[in-house]
Amino acid sequence: MPIGYYFALSAMMFCIGLAGVLVRRNAIVLFMCVELMLNAVNLTLAGGSRLWGGADGQVFVFFVIVVAAAEVVVGLALIVNIFFRRGTLDVDAPRLLKG
Amino acid sequence: MHTLVLATQATEGAEHASNAFLETTSGAIGLAWLIPILPLLGFVLVLVTAKSLRERAAFIAITMSTLSFVLAVAVFFQVSSEPGTHVRPMVDFINAGPLQVSWDLLIDQLTAVMLLVVTGVGTLVHVYSLGYMHGDARYERFFAYLNLFLFSMLVLVLGSSFLMLFVGWELVGLSSYLLIGFWFENPEYAAAAKKAFITNRVGDVSFMVAMFLIFSTFGTLDFFTADHSGVLELAGGLNSTTALAIGLLLMGGAAAKSAQIPLYVWLPDAMAGPTPVSALIHAATMVTAGVYLTARSSSILVMNLDVLTVVAWIGVLTALMAALIAIRQNDIKKILAYSTVSQLGYMFVGIGTGGFSEGVFHLVTHAFFKGLLFLAAGSVMHAMANKTDAWKMGGLRKVMPLTFWTSAIAWLAISGVPPFAGFFSKDQILTTAYEHGFTAVWALGVLTAVLTAFYMSRWFFLIFLGEARYGDDVHPHESPTSMTAPLMVLGVLSLAGGAVLNFTHHGPFYRWLEPVVAGTGDVAFAAHGPLGEPALIGISIVAAVVGIGLAYALYGPHRDLSQGAMSEPIRGPLAELMERKFFVDEAYEAVFVTFGGWVSERLAVFDKRVIDGAVNGAGGITSLGARVTRRAQTGLLRGYLGGVVAGTVVLVAVLLVQVR
Repeated sequence: MPIGYYFALSAMMFCIGLAGVLVRRNAIVLFMCVELMLNAVNLTLAGGSRLWGGADGQVFVFFVIVVAAAEVVVGLALIVNIFFRRGTLDVDAPRLLKG
Repeated sequence: MHTLVLATQATEGAEHASNAFLETTSGAIGLAWLIPILPLLGFVLVLVTAKSLRERAAFIAITMSTLSFVLAVAVFFQVSSEPGTHVRPMVDFINAGPLQVSWDLLIDQLTAVMLLVVTGVGTLVHVYSLGYMHGDARYERFFAYLNLFLFSMLVLVLGSSFLMLFVGWELVGLSSYLLIGFWFENPEYAAAAKKAFITNRVGDVSFMVAMFLIFSTFGTLDFFTADHSGVLELAGGLNSTTALAIGLLLMGGAAAKSAQIPLYVWLPDAMAGPTPVSALIHAATMVTAGVYLTARSSSILVMNLDVLTVVAWIGVLTALMAALIAIRQNDIKKILAYSTVSQLGYMFVGIGTGGFSEGVFHLVTHAFFKGLLFLAAGSVMHAMANKTDAWKMGGLRKVMPLTFWTSAIAWLAISGVPPFAGFFSKDQILTTAYEHGFTAVWALGVLTAVLTAFYMSRWFFLIFLGEARYGDDVHPHESPTSMTAPLMVLGVLSLAGGAVLNFTHHGPFYRWLEPVVAGTGDVAFAAHGPLGEPALIGISIVAAVVGIGLAYALYGPHRDLSQGAMSEPIRGPLAELMERKFFVDEAYEAVFVTFGGWVSERLAVFDKRVIDGAVNGAGGITSLGARVTRRAQTGLLRGYLGGVVAGTVVLVAVLLVQVR
């Protein structure tokens, strides 16, 4: 199977994730979309590793997975707290940064 | 500049007696720091204990002042036995890297003289005030202020650099303000205090600029230093332009403090203060600070003959103008005030004609007889229920014999009658002026001497001789001992002080100051006229006798003066002009207050419109910009994210295009 298929899939996943982040309002869904983008990157790294025959890309993948795990812990804790505080997970609702 | 200055230093002091630099911490000079500190301590103690001790707090002030005087005498004897420029190191004042200013005490022959005058007359005035201020609501505070003044004046004369002299200079300005405005309930008195303070500030600016110039020229403000790099030691290397600038600026400072044209206007008004203050500050000590400054800086002044000439002319014109005004004043304190301005003018004639020690000599004798005159005037006011109109007095000779006799001594002294103190000092100033080629200055000085004898005789005759012209409501009486004792001490000094100190022109006092003041051997004075010293002395005596004789003819006891001011024999437009003080106050009022106020108002409009407009405009533009651009901050998280994505896409696109 040509390596280009992996990259095409990865690009599609990244764009789907990005679109989700941009258009969805629910914080949990946003979070899932971010994870999708991270894994699209992981796929690219693994594919690249295969293409060049080196292990660097795969090492990076593990790093990303570890960091993503940590991020999930912090992110979910934040989301839970925001929900308790505001009673909603709509990211447009607070608008505290409105000038 | 430094190399130039150092090169000339070796050629100095060939024939002129000069002082060695000594760092002294032993003997009386070692304790000299107590001389200013004791009155400062007295000031604090009197203020703290005023509530509990009431009028007894005054004795703290008197004790401190007396102790200072005793120490000053001891210092005088040490300087006498070990002549030289003694520097007593004290404390660091400013310690900032290369800039080191320390508050050291400079004690030489000139300082010793000033110390004796300041603490001596100061102590007498303290004692006198015991009786004079009795019953005043702020009695203790008055003594506290007197001590503060003594401290300030002592800082001034003991300062070892222009900067420390300036610190004292400002402190005496403050004390003077506090004491002139001592009875501040009267708005006129409060205004007089402000006038004195503000006029002095004008001179202070001049003095400060002089210091800046000195510092930029010499890199130091110290008078003398151990390695002979002090300002006064290097002054011989000044070029004449710098000497002209520094000299005139210093004179500008001195003119304010010592009430010379054009800044003399504050002194007559300063008579608003209690009479002991007039005696202490506005006759004997503070106003002589300018004379002290110029005498101290004599080695700068001699570097340019133009400076000396300007100083001499300012002096003699001030002397003449003030004497003319004094002739037609009726307030006994005002007459003395203008007389002080006039006598200070003589001192500057001395300084300006190169007679530095003669100027300081007149300072000393003037402190005796003018201090005495003011204290006598206070004694008269005490007797006359604080009335000061000379026309409503007369015949006080019988009632107040001690005041009469001591006043008589002071009157003869200031008139220049031998052998009283004023004769020697005034005659020696005039002789110096003549011998150094200032013939016109000398002639005006002699004319002023006639006028001085005239107006002082008028003062004396109107108060003490003739028939009593006061009403039945006044019951004059001799003052208490605390007031007459200082009168008698000053009377003895006014009688004998001149002859003892400097009987001949180059007598003990002259030789005493010779190492301190600059020699005038290198100054190119004009050739002098044919008169010798005996003829000059004769002219001085004749001037005094003529003045007294004229006054006797017009105001003597044989004249009928019962009509009061209506019987004033000198009339006419010129007399009117003299009585109105040549309208100088009115002119200053018009120029500086009215016109200055008009200009200030215009400037205030400019400030409001243009300066404030620019500042507010800058703020306005910023806030307008913010009002427009704040709309970009929607607060929508996805909006920001969209921005980030769009930015990234653009950046990547640019990169791709460039790579290709």
